[in-house]
Amino acid sequence: MDGYHLNHLQELEAESIYVIREVAAQFERPVLLFSGGKDSIVMFHLARKAFWPAKVPFPLLHIDTGHNFPETLEFRDRLMEKTGAKCIVRYVQDTIDAGKVVEETGPGASRNVLQTVTLLDAIEEFKFDAAMGGGRRDEEKARAKERFFSHRDVFGQWDPKNQRPELWNLFNGRKKLGEHFRVFPLSNWTEMDVWQYIYMENIEIPSLYFTHEREVFLRDGVWLATAPFMELKEGEVPVKKRVRCRTIGDITNTGLTLSEANSVLDIIKEVAATRTTERGARADDKRSETSMEDRKKEGYF
Amino acid sequence: MSDLIEGYLNMELLRFTTAGSVDDGKSTLIGRLLYDSKAIFEDQLEAIERASERAGSDEVNLALLTDGLRAEREQGITIDVAYRYFATPKRKFIIADTPGHVQYTRNMVTGASTANVAVILVDARHGVLEQTIRHSYIASLLQIPHLIVTVNKMDLVNFDEKVFEDIKDQFRKLAGKLEIKDVRFVPISAKYGDNVVKRSENMPWYEGPTLMYLLETIHISSDWNHTIMRFPVQYVIRPQSDKYHDFRGYAGRIASGVFKPGDKVTVLPSGLTTRIKTIEMMEKQLDKAFAPMSVLMTLEDDIDISRGDMIVGENKAPQVGDEIEIMLCWLNETPMRLGGKYYLKHTTNDLRCLVQDVEYKVDINTLDKIHGDKSVGLNEIAKVKLRTTKPLYYDSYRTNRVTGSLILIDEATNNTVGAGMIV
Ligand SMILES: Nc1nc2c(ncn2[C@@H]2O[C@H](COP(=O)(O)OP(=O)(O)O)[C@@H](O)[C@H]2O)c(=O)[nH]1
Repeated sequence: MDGYHLNHLQELEAESIYVIREVAAQFERPVLLFSGGKDSIVMFHLARKAFWPAKVPFPLLHIDTGHNFPETLEFRDRLMEKTGAKCIVRYVQDTIDAGKVVEETGPGASRNVLQTVTLLDAIEEFKFDAAMGGGRRDEEKARAKERFFSHRDVFGQWDPKNQRPELWNLFNGRKKLGEHFRVFPLSNWTEMDVWQYIYMENIEIPSLYFTHEREVFLRDGVWLATAPFMELKEGEVPVKKRVRCRTIGDITNTGLTLSEANSVLDIIKEVAATRTTERGARADDKRSETSMEDRKKEGYF
Repeated sequence: MSDLIEGYLNMELLRFTTAGSVDDGKSTLIGRLLYDSKAIFEDQLEAIERASERAGSDEVNLALLTDGLRAEREQGITIDVAYRYFATPKRKFIIADTPGHVQYTRNMVTGASTANVAVILVDARHGVLEQTIRHSYIASLLQIPHLIVTVNKMDLVNFDEKVFEDIKDQFRKLAGKLEIKDVRFVPISAKYGDNVVKRSENMPWYEGPTLMYLLETIHISSDWNHTIMRFPVQYVIRPQSDKYHDFRGYAGRIASGVFKPGDKVTVLPSGLTTRIKTIEMMEKQLDKAFAPMSVLMTLEDDIDISRGDMIVGENKAPQVGDEIEIMLCWLNETPMRLGGKYYLKHTTNDLRCLVQDVEYKVDINTLDKIHGDKSVGLNEIAKVKLRTTKPLYYDSYRTNRVTGSLILIDEATNNTVGAGMIV
């Protein structure tokens, strides 16, 4: 070795910071999509590093489905206070109340699809021209071909057949009026990389990721949390279990893992031993093998 | 720290691309690498078993692991570059999987642009074909530092040593015509796993490493250029807060060379010289920075610097000019327009250019130069002369993959239409 050597986390960090700086340089009104999950927390951490000692030169945007775990919102507000960053919140409930979308009802109902409309409205409202998301290519097959800079047409749609080739580190953010980009700075990270980086950088994450006692019930082999808006089907019985989230989404579709992990190191060990992908724990993606792809075409990532 | 973490924090990142013609067994090989290194999760495996059943095959089809979008699944083909991830205790791997068919050159060029290693598949029954020449040429054109030729389907030729040796000879003859620095050969059977991750018992005559061993150990840290100092300025940081009232920092990613505080540097295009005051990353002061690190630099003197400028060392100045020659790979259905104007992106610089001339085209199946034909269409490669609206600070692609590469963008559609390597 010649002493000029980065480990893979440092190399991924360098790449992501480069991408985030490109976004700030190439676009007029970028925004960082913040979900309160570990990927968006890491992305925000990278953004702070990218512009330090200046403030992050763009706002965060949280699309609140109204079905969040309360811990997620508390965490978000605390993080914004601590860092002095600005987070815009837009509500799916408002989109429903405005009659723009119809909510699914019954057990298994999810607001995941509705988010798309609220998000596109917010992009329109603030004239955002680039929205950074924490999506990773390892999450799902449909994402394996996603670019760092993903072009969306005026309807916010993604055309899998018509993506721009992406070569070297030359990112093409040129666009016409009304078009925008989704940018994925964490494209090359895996779930394991994210956890290791959280450990390496000592990044604070919501308590939901660690073991805690919670009232849960079993549906289609997945443990889900009970909540006032969760309708139970016949035969579904709430029980108390020690669980944690592997990924944080809505209460309605976030599968909980039975786990005793209470530190990032424990989580890393668990991920190393585990044999199920993160998204396997999301009830939502099981609906059809290609559901992610369908949502992506509609504008949700 | 536990061993787990210790080991993990010492892992290197290796990017590789795979190339083969349709049915050479590329998908099977990638599936095999993922499967035998246990990088496949159970639910993915279940999904594949289900899909294999639906498609009417009874054994698990490893190729389905790397199959992507629905439209492609329906057509039974893959159409683009897909990225896969796996890790072993030694390295984390990123595979740029570029399937072989019509759009091939474009896809492979894209996947190859960031790769450290190209894995080229050859079907043991067919030997070195036109496609092999094409793939090797692209690997050498894109200056992928290491090439691994895997001779696949050895099971179909009775694991015969002679077949392997003949293919090696054929390939060596070809490699002589190309600029390939480091070539290795491995006889494998992707379907049965021989010499992919596990050593083959069927080929005792082969004493070399398995494909996985090579991927885990090939020396890559010197793939980056650590001698000539290049720092394209990406973003100027001015906090304008009370605490950092007069602070001015230059953010960017080191393209090559090693930068240290105190080093004398020149800023281009102004040509002014100064010294590096600090190199930092959040509250951490660094004593050196090298490619591919993203850092923040401050300078001793107040010089007017903006995005697109380049901070370079004293040892070797980049070339400067508004007329450059490139090897161009055309990426778009609409052919290149001779005399046409395009946007040009080079490091952090945006400018425009005019295509002045096509010197020759390359027949990528025979490697012959074609003179006189000035049309350049999709998947074609040509040596082209460009004139830029302002001078470019560059190195030849051969010496620097970052400051020697550029893309062309169509002014009407905004599409990325050309990939250029400066000669
Ligand atoms: N006998 C044998 N067949 C193989 C081997 N590798 C791949 N195949 C078969 O060759 C065919 C094409 O393989 P596939 O991986 O889909 O090729 P691709 O088009 O290059 O991705 C499939 O029927 C595979 O099962 C091998 O090592 N030995």
